[in-house]
Amino acid sequence: MTTDEIQTGLAEILEEVAGILPADVSPEKSFTDDLDVDSLSMVEVVVAAEEKFDVKIPDDEVKNLRTVGDAVAYIEKHGAAA
Amino acid sequence: MNSATGSPGARILGLGHYRPSKVLTNDDIAAFVDTNDAWIRDRVGVVTRHIAADDESVVDMAVAAAGKALAAAGAEADSIDLVVTATCTLEASLPGASATIATRLGIPGPGAFDLNAACAGFCYGLTVADDAIRCGSAQRVLLIGAEKLSAWVDWTDRSTCIIFGDAAGAAVIGGSETTGIGPVVWGSDGTRAGAITIPGRDAAMHMEGQAVFRWATTTMGKVALEACRRAGVAPEDIAIVVPHQANLRIVDAIVRQLGATNAVVARDIVDSGNTSAASIPLALSRLVERGEARTGDDVLVLAFGAGLTFAGQVITCP
Repeated sequence: MTTDEIQTGLAEILEEVAGILPADVSPEKSFTDDLDVDSLSMVEVVVAAEEKFDVKIPDDEVKNLRTVGDAVAYIEKHGAAA
Repeated sequence: MNSATGSPGARILGLGHYRPSKVLTNDDIAAFVDTNDAWIRDRVGVVTRHIAADDESVVDMAVAAAGKALAAAGAEADSIDLVVTATCTLEASLPGASATIATRLGIPGPGAFDLNAACAGFCYGLTVADDAIRCGSAQRVLLIGAEKLSAWVDWTDRSTCIIFGDAAGAAVIGGSETTGIGPVVWGSDGTRAGAITIPGRDAAMHMEGQAVFRWATTTMGKVALEACRRAGVAPEDIAIVVPHQANLRIVDAIVRQLGATNAVVARDIVDSGNTSAASIPLALSRLVERGEARTGDDVLVLAFGAGLTFAGQVITCP
């Protein structure tokens, strides 16, 4: 899966969970500050991402995923499809 | 040796609930910790909760709720031969609450014990009562969930003090010819014991909110589906869903995963807060009182909490 594909997949999840427009999703955007994803929605995003990308994202890692780019990089590195 | 002979089935005969008179709003809480009404509504779903008076105990609330359940069931106090109280917030560790509750209600010398499965306690108790009646250990059980969380919350901790409330709910359970309490799906995960704790007698409630949210939203939907499957009731035929009132977003996630498209869903957390073991009997009793849950309805009850523990089953509305 390419970086773009992961970002597109993540944007789909963000739209479904938090109603965020895919056009607003770019690597430098912070989940909390820019996209207004609260802590519980972030959990839902993570759970959906685990399923979609066949990746494990432990609770301790979630706080390190500050931006969309952080999440894409984590999935690229740890995903089964990587 | 002889063995006891029980009833073919067991069912709830009547429900009752009690909430203390003092109401605490989100604005009231925002006056002493850094939070606000919109944040609490959005993250947790609570708008108001009831708080017990300083001299109002878990037993006081339990007695009030149980008295109403006995009246609703049309049961005489002396017909009860087992009292079980699900609670995790007693003021003292001894004696347990159940014997005192029985005495105050005029129930003469029943079997009496408390049950601590935290917020899941009432659903554990339902199966204990069902088993006792069907095996013949008891004929009529008074099952209570009663909690005074306000005494164990750190009122300077904005991550927890906004969530909880005080209350009691009770059910009288008796024998019946047909099944009124379906097979339980229960379990636990001790690897997550640290997620919700009150670590000592002078300590306060600690909760890892995001971890619990994740566990509940990824586990409880499956438990709900399995409880329906084991009861032989399709999710779309469930009339009432009463999940433990931990967080409105968890309630919504579970109901979405269950696909209980035709059900009335308890959202009692909005004006009761999270009342731990009391939340399910409180919410169901209030739905019955308002006429939203009717006699004979299939009700899915589903609870989860510290331990971590969980339990769920389909029951028949009294």
